[in-house]
Amino acid sequence: MNEKQLAKKASQMRRDVIRMIEIAGSGHPGGSLSSTDLLTCLFFNVLRHNPKDPEWTQRDRFHMSKGHCCPIWYALLADFGYFPKKELDSLRSFGALLQGHPDPKIPGIDVASGSLGQGLSVAMGMALAGRMDKKDYRVYCLLGDGEIQEGNVWEAAMACAHFKCDNLCAILDYNGFQIDGRTQDVMGLEPIADKWKAFGWEVIEIDGHNISEILKAYEKAKGIKNKPTIIIAKTIKGKDVSFMENVVDFHGRAPTKEEAVIAMKELSDE
Amino acid sequence: MSKEMMYQRDVYGKTLVELGKEDENIVVLDADLSGSTRTSFFKREFPERFFNFGVAEQNMISTSSGFASCGKTVFASTFAMFATGRAWDQLRNSVCYSNLNVKLVATHAGITVGPDGATHQALEDIALMRVIPNMTVIVPCDGPQTRDAIIAAAKIKGPVYVRLGRAKVASIEGLGKFEVGRANVLRKGNDIAIFSCGIMTEQALIASEELAKSQIECSVVNIHTIKPIDEDRINEIAGKVKSIVICEEHSVIGGLGGAIEEVLARKGLGIRVARIGVNNRFGQSGSSKDLLKEYKLLAVDIVEAAKKIYSKS
Repeated sequence: MNEKQLAKKASQMRRDVIRMIEIAGSGHPGGSLSSTDLLTCLFFNVLRHNPKDPEWTQRDRFHMSKGHCCPIWYALLADFGYFPKKELDSLRSFGALLQGHPDPKIPGIDVASGSLGQGLSVAMGMALAGRMDKKDYRVYCLLGDGEIQEGNVWEAAMACAHFKCDNLCAILDYNGFQIDGRTQDVMGLEPIADKWKAFGWEVIEIDGHNISEILKAYEKAKGIKNKPTIIIAKTIKGKDVSFMENVVDFHGRAPTKEEAVIAMKELSDE
Repeated sequence: MSKEMMYQRDVYGKTLVELGKEDENIVVLDADLSGSTRTSFFKREFPERFFNFGVAEQNMISTSSGFASCGKTVFASTFAMFATGRAWDQLRNSVCYSNLNVKLVATHAGITVGPDGATHQALEDIALMRVIPNMTVIVPCDGPQTRDAIIAAAKIKGPVYVRLGRAKVASIEGLGKFEVGRANVLRKGNDIAIFSCGIMTEQALIASEELAKSQIECSVVNIHTIKPIDEDRINEIAGKVKSIVICEEHSVIGGLGGAIEEVLARKGLGIRVARIGVNNRFGQSGSSKDLLKEYKLLAVDIVEAAKKIYSKS
């Protein structure tokens, strides 16, 4: 896809996110919308995968460590045909395929997530297994900024560099908010880039809504050898929905019917 | 009755090497204790399939699920305290919820850790592991049974917890064929039934000999698989007596005793139960001999408990 098509696709994914969370009546729109551009670019232009064969052993792996933002993952998987789109309508409901947090029963999802801080390790296991088997797949892992307050993340950061996992690329959705407020107020994260550099990572800092920068970052990461790469993407929580942008309340609250109507209008292609 | 003394962890290390030769899909992880857990044996043979995560158990366990999701059979080891305590959330959410092929083989369980003291003596690990869905829990009673358990664990598709000790243990005769979920009946008697696991099986057998001298005939049943527990065998053996004694080197809360009492209560047998185990206390430093005495985990304690409960019938 070209950049224009990707931008258009991202809007469509955002509409799916709003729609499914509004129907569900609960969920996490803020972080889903902040990571939409990053993941739309990844799934359409970077990731080697085959929706007809989700278990394809040569597939690139994607693991969403910040599992609460699964609505955007579900929207992408549905768009690729991993499961019927109508499943999006039953997100979080009893008996539904699409659980409140990522579940390995869902085609395209390998390992559960939701309890924060564990996903980078999971991704590292996939990366080490690939290297052992001399497979050339890459592993991508989406982290939340609030999430990196978890100690397990830094254990993994240390180990990924120790094991020189250059087939692993982490993506940090740096939207600056967590449930209780601004990350800088709740538990300061800065200097984030220096921290990852000090742990031995290649750090690429980008605007997480600039399609061109996103694509270039993924491309650059592929060329980094002997160390893991993290793309630190500055993003806007609730991106592209005016009343959600940088509003902490929408970290974990569903839009009302009326709010969803406004959001859909703002996200329309016209 | 008992013969050779062995370290269960030596057996574990050797069995891992055996398995590693047969199956190149096996990977082994450790968290800076490979010398103590004996995963170092595997490291020596297959360095490319061994990963040391340093002092970072949470990372080791969540990484194990990534390996397993790519088709690897993962053996992850450290001390029982850190394996089951420090990384419990990682085990529950990343490993067991995804039903991944991870074998957590923990050593240094129980009070017999000795001089390291309370912080290192896991007395809650069976409870912590058996409560998680999809998890199989195995507590081998000696060296040879450890080998059987490790081989069986490798064949199970899904998470398994295997609990091993630090100290040498006597090999038990007549254990018979090992089958996950099927208890070993080591002795039959109609007065009292003694159920045990791990190192307490040897003590149970010694106690049964002693009790026989007082004309109290005991059944002795080694419950190596705590989950899934052998309900049929427990109901059958317990159904023949009025009193049972349950012995474990673990807290009396939530372990083997908890599991057996759940079975018996469901069946409504209404029999009396005496418990040999650590009674809602932390451990402490000392030789394992001193500690087994202090915490009343010896054959003499089983005999006393059995006589007390039997005399009431």
